[in-house]
Amino acid sequence: MPNNNPLPNKERMKILRQHMPERPADVRNHDFLEVNLGFQSELAKQEALRCIACAKPTCMHECPVGVKVREFIDLILAGDYLGAAAKIREDNVLPAVTGRVCPQEEQCEGGCVLGKKGDSLAIGHLERFVADYEQKSGKLGLPAIAPPTGKKVAIVGSGPAGLTCAGDLIQKGHRVRVFEALHELGGVLVYGIPEFRLPKDIVRQEIDNMRKMGVEFETDVVVGKTVTIDELMQEEGYDAVFVATGAGLPQFLNVPGEHLNGVYSANEFLTRNNLMRAYRFPEFDEPVYDCRDRNVIVVGSGNTAMDAVRTSKRLGAKSATIVYRRTEAEMPARLEEVKHAKEEGIVFTMLTAPVEFIGDEKGWLRQARCQKMELGEPDASGRRRPVPIKGSEYLMDCDLAIIAVGTSANPLIQSTTPDLATNKWKYIQADPNTQRTSKPGVFAGGDIVTGGATVILAMGAGRRAAASVHQYLTTGVWETSIPAAETTTHS
Amino acid sequence: MFKILSTRQLATGIKQFVIEAPRISHKYQPGQFVILRLYDRGERIPLTIKAVDPQAGTITICVQSVGKTTHLLNLLEPGDSLLDVVGPLGKPSEIKNFGTVAIIAGSVGTAMAIPTTKALKQAGNHVIFIEGARRQDLVVLEDEIRAISDEPYILTDDGSYLEKGLVTHKLLQLLDSGRKIDFVLAVGPIPMMRAVADITKTRGIRTVVSLNSIMVDGTGMCGGCRVLVGNHSQFACVDGPEFEADQVNFDVLVQRNSMYRDAEHKSLDDFLANPERELALVRESCKLRELEEHAAVVPGGPHAK
Ligand SMILES: Cc1cc2nc3c(=O)[nH]c(=O)nc-3n(C[C@H](O)[C@H](O)[C@H](O)COP(=O)(O)OP(=O)(O)OC[C@H]3O[C@@H](n4cnc5c(N)ncnc54)[C@H](O)[C@@H]3O)c2cc1C
Ligand SMILES: Cc1cc2nc3c(=O)[nH]c(=O)nc-3n(C[C@H](O)[C@H](O)[C@H](O)COP(=O)(O)OP(=O)(O)OC[C@H]3O[C@@H](n4cnc5c(N)ncnc54)[C@H](O)[C@@H]3O)c2cc1C
Ligand code: SF4
Ligand code: SF4
Ligand code: FES
Repeated sequence: MPNNNPLPNKERMKILRQHMPERPADVRNHDFLEVNLGFQSELAKQEALRCIACAKPTCMHECPVGVKVREFIDLILAGDYLGAAAKIREDNVLPAVTGRVCPQEEQCEGGCVLGKKGDSLAIGHLERFVADYEQKSGKLGLPAIAPPTGKKVAIVGSGPAGLTCAGDLIQKGHRVRVFEALHELGGVLVYGIPEFRLPKDIVRQEIDNMRKMGVEFETDVVVGKTVTIDELMQEEGYDAVFVATGAGLPQFLNVPGEHLNGVYSANEFLTRNNLMRAYRFPEFDEPVYDCRDRNVIVVGSGNTAMDAVRTSKRLGAKSATIVYRRTEAEMPARLEEVKHAKEEGIVFTMLTAPVEFIGDEKGWLRQARCQKMELGEPDASGRRRPVPIKGSEYLMDCDLAIIAVGTSANPLIQSTTPDLATNKWKYIQADPNTQRTSKPGVFAGGDIVTGGATVILAMGAGRRAAASVHQYLTTGVWETSIPAAETTTHS
Repeated sequence: MFKILSTRQLATGIKQFVIEAPRISHKYQPGQFVILRLYDRGERIPLTIKAVDPQAGTITICVQSVGKTTHLLNLLEPGDSLLDVVGPLGKPSEIKNFGTVAIIAGSVGTAMAIPTTKALKQAGNHVIFIEGARRQDLVVLEDEIRAISDEPYILTDDGSYLEKGLVTHKLLQLLDSGRKIDFVLAVGPIPMMRAVADITKTRGIRTVVSLNSIMVDGTGMCGGCRVLVGNHSQFACVDGPEFEADQVNFDVLVQRNSMYRDAEHKSLDDFLANPERELALVRESCKLRELEEHAAVVPGGPHAK
């Protein structure tokens, strides 16, 4: 393997991790422009110099899709940024997205040996750098497309799992059509993750690239309602279907007062702002709660909670507070989001859970009755279980409460496809290697199989599904580890 | 995109559209609705499907102008298109032979109730239809109502046309005269549905109401449409829109529907100041979508023709 690093290892390890340039916190928390500004080539090269090009690169093993980190870093050092981008694209078709939103500290960077003594290599920032460079250069090399096979594949859902699968299958020469329930393509990337973290133009650009490769898209189709899986296969001639519908059903706390005006699911709050652009009301028609001079609380502590609380701050909230029943150590959000949130003035109230929402006489939320918690024994997830402290209840003023405590499977497809086996939470059962379901010709992957996870894991599933669909279409052999659905579990 | 094939003015501020939407026309069942969006800055609003023609691949909707989006929609004419129409959404109405059914509808609710009424009639029910309107110029679809019901009653609040009175008066009158009614469907303004529910509850008549909560996606994803039914949160877009009237908390429905009142008024005022501008934006959005739909494809690629 070529080595373009001129420095001996010792020297490399003396260089400190380069800091991502970002917009000042007290400016950015008033607008929706991207927080991180990206590396310039000088910074990128300086950072790339830190890589000691391990013989057994543990970074790559910790990346869920095995991006060849060491090799793309070396190409950066050679100044071949387009080559670096192409190297990443061999394993990851949305590098401009993952470079921004992967939980790197748990994945590639978590595996980087530099992290043992000092700071790990800024792999995510470098991935983003080459992907952005590629997009700006306009020299995106579209991959070659194999001759038509005459086979047709339907993809349900245009999130990262569906897009990845579509991108891979079109290259194999199959005809691919993506069906999306909403009017815009991209799944959580467009309706969930805000503009200030992932500009929508980046997603749009990737989708345009897929259009150029020949992928067809049909929006406004709710599979299960507008058309069923069986109709797609029997009447519209699809030879295989990949179901990638995500885990979009909001969970509430099921405490009194949740119907008050001012209590939202994070899905609704984020969808109004991201998909419908309510933050630009009245230029855009969709309204959203007027946060100006209001106290906002967000219940939860994942990426969704961070996105919601930072959005409310940008909409002018007087106070924007995360309320979480465990402690900071257990928060599942990306480290960078937590850091950014704190810089932007978000308040973190830990070991606290709302038990009731209280409104005024007109039905508008005014307070939350909260309970203090302490950590007890670890639960099934390995995290210490929060235990209510008796007599600790108190009232917290809040005009807007956003519930971000997780999502579950949307059952529309499962309930209209009786031979698709699901587990007890209604997630679709799929083989972890082949993504095959119990139903011949039907594959599933992403959040609809695993429950809410990450962008890159969804992409990994899309990729495995594409390989497996291709194998099925070329051999005609259907084998699956998933037992037939018990039709009695569906009513 | 979804072409508007024909339109018909039904009453002051109420217009009917026939729209090309083949997929929806094939899957539709009475009681279901669509969500549509007019342009790239537009909101998504729910509208009941009034009829379909699967052979022609069309659906029919009736729209009453109340705020910006419905006013803007009602300016569109054949030749225009709707940017997004998704459906059919919601649970279909329960159709069976109840015996004698009374359909009680107000203003545009009349159009919304027609498909379910037809299906109930076909299922063998004796159909009483009570249509109420504030004034003569708001009475809609009279001929159709007469054609599909056994006992049509049309009332105006001010007596400017046919009988004077409220639909609830007519219902009470029928019940007090000893008429046996086995099932009631009420579709219309919330105060009317609540009044009907109050009357039938004390008499033990099963009653279903169609709830118009504010919606965004219409697929169960946002929870914004939640209503309090039997003291439990339900999502009107997937669990409804029809619910058992005696279980519905109408106060919460009224309260939640008032959530965006200030913004809605601002939108409408801005719009009325310059409707032509918005109309031009709608047409531009549709043009752009058309271009996108015919986007370039790789020569020799799998879907090159
Ligand atoms: C607010 C938020 C922030 C997040 N932040 C991060 C982050 O920083 N990093 C990270 O790695 N992960 C993050 N995640 C998680 C990540 O976005 C998801 O794990 C990932 O998007 C799952 O991809 P998917 O393709 O399985 O589904 P989705 O992205 O959910 O896409 C599913 C698509 O299917 C469509 N669909 C659903 N039902 C139907 C139907 N019946 N017919 C047709 N279409 C249908 C949906 O409309 C949607 O467009 C975040 C999630 C949220 C909600
Ligand atoms: C399942 C369902 C089916 C529907 N079917 C029809 C139909 O067939 N024909 C039709 O004309 N309308 C129907 N509606 C109502 C329609 O969706 C609303 O009138 C529309 O969303 C208003 O949009 P707007 O921007 O014009 O007005 P907005 O600016 O949103 O509202 C203007 C005023 O109208 C009232 N309003 C707001 N939202 C609603 C609502 N959801 N229902 C009733 N009043 C409201 C409020 O008083 C508000 O101040 C239906 C609603 C639902 C939920
Ligand atoms: S895809 Fe994600 S985990 Fe893999 S190398 Fe890139 S940033 Fe790291
Ligand atoms: S583990 Fe770290 S230092 Fe080693 S190759 Fe990977 S990025 Fe470079
Ligand atoms: S409209 Fe979003 S869940 Fe019903």
